[in-house]
This record gives sequence, C-alpha cells and structure tokens, in this order.
Amino acid sequence: MSERIEVKKTYKLFIGGAFPRSESGRTYEIFAPDGSFIANPSLASRKDLRDAVVAARAAHAGWTAATAYNRGQILYRIAEMLEGRADQFAREIASLEGINEQDALQEVHSAIDQWVWYAGWSDKLSSIAGSTNQVSGPFYNFTIPEAMGVVAAIAPESPSLLGLVNAIAPIIVSGNTTIVLASTRSPLPAITFAEVLATSDLPHGVINILTGNKSELTPWFASHMDINGLDISGLEDSQMVNDVKIAGADNLKRIHSFHESASPQRILSFMEAKTIWHPIGI
Amino acid sequence: MTTFDYAPALESRSIVTIDPSYGHFVNGRFIEGKNHFASINPSNEEVLSQIALAGSADVDLAVKAARGAYEITWSVMPGRERGKYLYRIARIMQERAREFAVLETLDNGKPIRESRDIDIPLAAAHFFYHAGWADKLDYVGLGQSPRPHGVAGQIIPWNFPLLMLAWKVAPALAAGNTVVLKPAESTSLTALLFAQVCQQAELPAGVVNIITGNGSTGALLVDHPGVDKIAFTGSTEVGKAIARAIAPTKKKATLELGGKAANIIFDDAPIDEAVEGIVNGIFFNQGHVCCAGSRLLLQENIAEQTIEALKVRMAKIRVGNPLDKNTDLGAINSAEQLSKIESLSASGDDEGVHRWSPPCELPAKGYWFPPTIFTGVTQANRIAREEIFGPVLSILTFRTPAEAIEKANNTPYGLSAGIWSEKGSRILWAAQQLRAGVIWANTFNKFDPASPFGGYKESGWGREGGRHGLSAYLLSNENGEEK
Repeated sequence: MSERIEVKKTYKLFIGGAFPRSESGRTYEIFAPDGSFIANPSLASRKDLRDAVVAARAAHAGWTAATAYNRGQILYRIAEMLEGRADQFAREIASLEGINEQDALQEVHSAIDQWVWYAGWSDKLSSIAGSTNQVSGPFYNFTIPEAMGVVAAIAPESPSLLGLVNAIAPIIVSGNTTIVLASTRSPLPAITFAEVLATSDLPHGVINILTGNKSELTPWFASHMDINGLDISGLEDSQMVNDVKIAGADNLKRIHSFHESASPQRILSFMEAKTIWHPIGI
Repeated sequence: MTTFDYAPALESRSIVTIDPSYGHFVNGRFIEGKNHFASINPSNEEVLSQIALAGSADVDLAVKAARGAYEITWSVMPGRERGKYLYRIARIMQERAREFAVLETLDNGKPIRESRDIDIPLAAAHFFYHAGWADKLDYVGLGQSPRPHGVAGQIIPWNFPLLMLAWKVAPALAAGNTVVLKPAESTSLTALLFAQVCQQAELPAGVVNIITGNGSTGALLVDHPGVDKIAFTGSTEVGKAIARAIAPTKKKATLELGGKAANIIFDDAPIDEAVEGIVNGIFFNQGHVCCAGSRLLLQENIAEQTIEALKVRMAKIRVGNPLDKNTDLGAINSAEQLSKIESLSASGDDEGVHRWSPPCELPAKGYWFPPTIFTGVTQANRIAREEIFGPVLSILTFRTPAEAIEKANNTPYGLSAGIWSEKGSRILWAAQQLRAGVIWANTFNKFDPASPFGGYKESGWGREGGRHGLSAYLLSNENGEEK
C-alpha cells in the first residue's frame, strides 16, 4: 500500500474577509529550524497594506456601532473556534519555532485564555475609563471612552500566536478595526488564525492580516494617513522605532508599545475620551 | 428717535503695575534676561514692557532648577502638603483676580468681561480642583502609587495666557512634577505675575520656573535632555514638529492643537438660543479659540431664517476698547495673527464665497477685525478647511442628519463640535457619530477643571482637565506600562 500524500495548505493574506494572494505576486520561503521547507506565504506589498486599510476603514462604522455585548460574544466565539483547532496551532508552532508540541500547546492555551480575558472587557470599558464630571454649572457632563478608528499593529516575532493575540484583541475589543503584520519568521499561525476568524461571525474587514517583511512594510504603516493608531510592541530595532514615530507624526498617530500582555491600558491606549456637555433646565 | 447707547464703562488699569522690563523666574527668584523684545497692547499698540528672550543657558538653568526641586523637595513631599501649596495659589489668584484680569486684557486684547468672568476665575478653579487631587493619586485609575514624570516642559499659547498656564501647571504640580513653563511670546505678563503668586505662596524654589521667549526658546525646552514630559498647546504644525523632535527620546507628550469645529443646527433647534450659541462659538475671545465653532452647519430648511437672525444679532456685537466692560469683541492679539486672518478671509473672496460683516467702526490704532460670516461655503473652500483663529465663521448647509455628520467629520481635526436640537435622542446620536473630543449640545465653549478637554485625530494627544487630564502627568507602576 502506497503512503498517503498530504494535502498541503496555501498560506495567503486575509483582507476584508477574503484570502487573497499578494497583489504583487510575491511569496517568501519559510523553513523549519532543521532547514526543511515548510511553506511559501505571501510577501505583502504596500498596496496590500493600502487595500487592508480600506477594508478596515469600511468595517469600522459597523463594528464600533455593534453593541459591546455583541462584540464580546463574537470575540468569545473566536476563542471557541481557537480551542477546536488547538492541536493544529500547536503542531504549526512546534514546526516553525523548533519547540516541542507540549510547549507549543501551552502557548496556544495561553493565547486562547488571553483572548477570552480581552473579550470580557468589551462592555466594562466605560465603567473603568469613563466618568461623569461635576462641573460648576447647570450642566450634565460625562466622558466616555470611544474606539479610535483604524489601529494597526506590528506583531512580535515570537511567540507567534500569543504575540498576535496580544496585538489584536486589545485593539478590536473596543470597536477599532485593525491591520496586523504577523511575525515575519513564523507567519503561519497568523494565517491559520485568519481561518478561525472566517468562521467566527466576525464582520469582514474588522481584522486584516498581512504576512511579509517587517522592515519593508513598517514604514508604510507609519506613514499611512488613514491609520489612527499603531501598536509597535513587535519592533525591536530602535532606529526603526524612531523612524516610525517621526513618520507617524504626519497625522499624529497614537503610537504605543507595551511590556505587559494583559492590561486594560493596552485597550485604553487606543481609545479616545469624548466629553459631552448638556444644559440642565426646565 | 431716542437711542439707548451705552456710555463708556472703562475698567481702571491703576490696579496693575507693569515693570519696564522683566527677566526670567528661575529657582524662586527673578533673574536677569537678555535680548529683550517688546510686549505690546494689541488694542492700541502701546509698548507695555520688555520681555527677555531665553536662550540655551537660561533654559538649562531653569531645567536644572526644576530637576533640583523635583529631587530634593517636591517628589518627596507628601501629597497633602503639595496640595496645600496649590490651595494657597488658588486663593491668592482669587485675591488678585482683578489685577490679573486687567493685566490679561492689556496684554492679550480680550474684553475685560471675558478675562474677569472666565479666564481668571477658571484659572483659580483649576488650581483649587487639582489641589484636592494631590493626596488622592491612588484613585486616578493608574493603580497604587503612580509616579510623576519628573520635570515637565510646558509651552502655552497666547489666546488664554493665564488659563492655559493653570491648565498646565496645576495638574503637573498636583501629580508631583516640577515645571519649566514658557508663555507665548506676545503674552508673558500674567505668567510673570503668576511667578509673584508662587513667591507669595512660598512655593519651594524651583518647583515652578518661568522662562520667556519665542518659538526658539520653546524648541530649546523641548530638546533639553533634562525634560521628561512635554505639554504643549498651540498649532498642529508645531505639535507635529514636537512629536518628531521627541521621537528618539523617552519623553512623553500631551499636545492640544488646532481645530475646525462644526456647530450643527438641526431644524428643530430653538433658533434664538442657537444664534446665541453660534455667536458664543465663533466670536468668544475674538475667535482665538482652538475649539471655536468655526464651521456652522445649518439644516437647509432653516438656513435663511437663521442667517437673518444671526445678522441681526451680529449687528449688536460691540467691538472696541477691551477695557470697556460693555465690549464683546476685543483686539486681535498681534499684527501677525491679523494678517493671517485677513489673508484667509481674502481666500474666501477669491474663491467666490460671499462675505458679510455688520457695519462697525474699528479703532484707528491696534489690530482689529470685524465679526465676519461667509455664506455659501463649500467643503473645498480654504475657509472651511483651515483654522482661521479669528472672528470668521464659515456657513454650510445640510439636508439630512447623516449629511451633517459627514460634513462635520470631514476634517483632519477633531477637537470639538456643537449640536443644537430639541430632540434628546438626536442629540445623543449625533454626539456618538461626531469624531471629536468635546461635544457641546445646546451650549458651546464651556470649560471646567473637572471636564476633560482634548481632541481626536490631528487635534492632538491626550486630555487636560478631570481625572483623564491628571493621568497624563503620572506613570503607572502596574501592568500595561509602555516600553
């Protein structure tokens, strides 16, 4: 009996709910630590980023208008789908990062738990970050945190899945939409994650995932005028960080990077405080 | 026919003593300054005093004084004690309120009614409000024992000189930072009087340092390696330059920048009240307000009647001597600002937009611009896109609420917006849709120390006022701290 030949997966981008190849037609090779070939993921271009921003901007109005309860449920649904694929993620991470499957599964479980932790924040943000303000006059005055718009992220190189989750979840839970650049060395879990998203009732365009070269794409993230905020926790090169901040000043992007993974501050850094005044009278 | 003209009602300036020249306030005392330039009264071009231009040596001295005070005194003082100094400052400002008001009006050109009733009382209120925070920092929302940044470099504009000083200095001190403040080139006098208040309050030397100068002084302060935190209010252009300048550093910044606020009048709005709101929105403080309601969006079916009512109301605006208690519209702050207003208004003429001002006699000397509206403005016109920072209103129309929101949000700015309607659900819907940090519904241009102020998009970073504003002067010791 002949050995069964495996059906291998084509790893593509995730933009606007679809899985296109890079418009540039480019791919790059991913090898396991032992040097064996794994896959040819897309090498995203500046144009792919621009397409993804258009998709994210288009998705923003609907996503931010969804009730917080609804957003929380959709995020939780994503966790359910992740759980079902935990073993697949673990195998992928193990093959890419050269760790054993047990440790890889540990990372997957952490990522799922982290995602659930963020999901639960959706309807509690105003309680912790909003206020009613005692102004000296006959006015009702209150402040609410509100999603900023399109917030992009450069995910860290590793841990590939947990890093991706830490980048995406705090951005979208408040109502932002996002474009995330996955780990350049270990991009495959990000695309498998996109398959999870595609089956999780997430509106198209809320999360867009690019794979490619960090040093090529980061400057375009920084200078894009329709990106409101940028999480650069995944950037290690200090010169690149400086360049991003300088280019980001052109539209006063809110640019942040974080040490900690589980913090409401990661959510609130990509929200704006809106204060509303109304007179009180008969 | 009997007329009911107002007799002149001049506020006396005898309460104010202005020195012929000033130095800088560093480490608790005034030091000699160099390269003086004139500070003038914009309402009559009278030279009020000579102001020193701080160079790198002065900036360095001030930052070192602030660092020393931070390390030796201010950061180790219990919050309760820090708070008492802020209360003292608030009280002394109240005691000397009239003096501050007259001086502000002389130096800035704003009507005495506004400096007396708004700028100075609000400035004192900011200190009083933040005084109470100084020993309650654990409740700001940043976890236990949040830390101050250290030395804050603060650069403020000329439109609300003392009030902007208060917005900056009060939260910085309450949080435990020390400050080096640079007032605007054309309006340093009330900051220098504030230095005397610090002396009277026996504020420890070096906690507040005030250096005067122009943009070059501001740049030196931003670039000084001893400064940990920048707080700036001013133009978006300079705000972006500051963001670039601090990119390679660990410095944090709050930026309160420009705006092009929409003031939306729905067809169910009470027109007379809305007209008062429109006038307050754009003519308050000569329109030198970053959150001014400079784009009026009128629902088409009430546009004509609203513009007619607005014209009638505008004809009653009294333009003239800012020290006159009946004056509504004072002087434009500087020749430079006047020429900017004139040139942007001329662009409206060039682009074929219709300009109207009520008949109004402007004083012969000083810098003046009449209250002005442009009708038939489209979104592409420069006067609908660029911040004029003067008493110039661009009027656009809309048919549906959705169109109003689209037009209102069609700007790189996002500082403030106004909504006028009698329908609660419509107000809340519009407030939700508007991409701006401060929304005034059936009111406009209201400010309070407890109310966070600041913008979305290119209107800046962070908030000032309230718990949100205070937190910008603190660092959390808990999770989520930025790299």
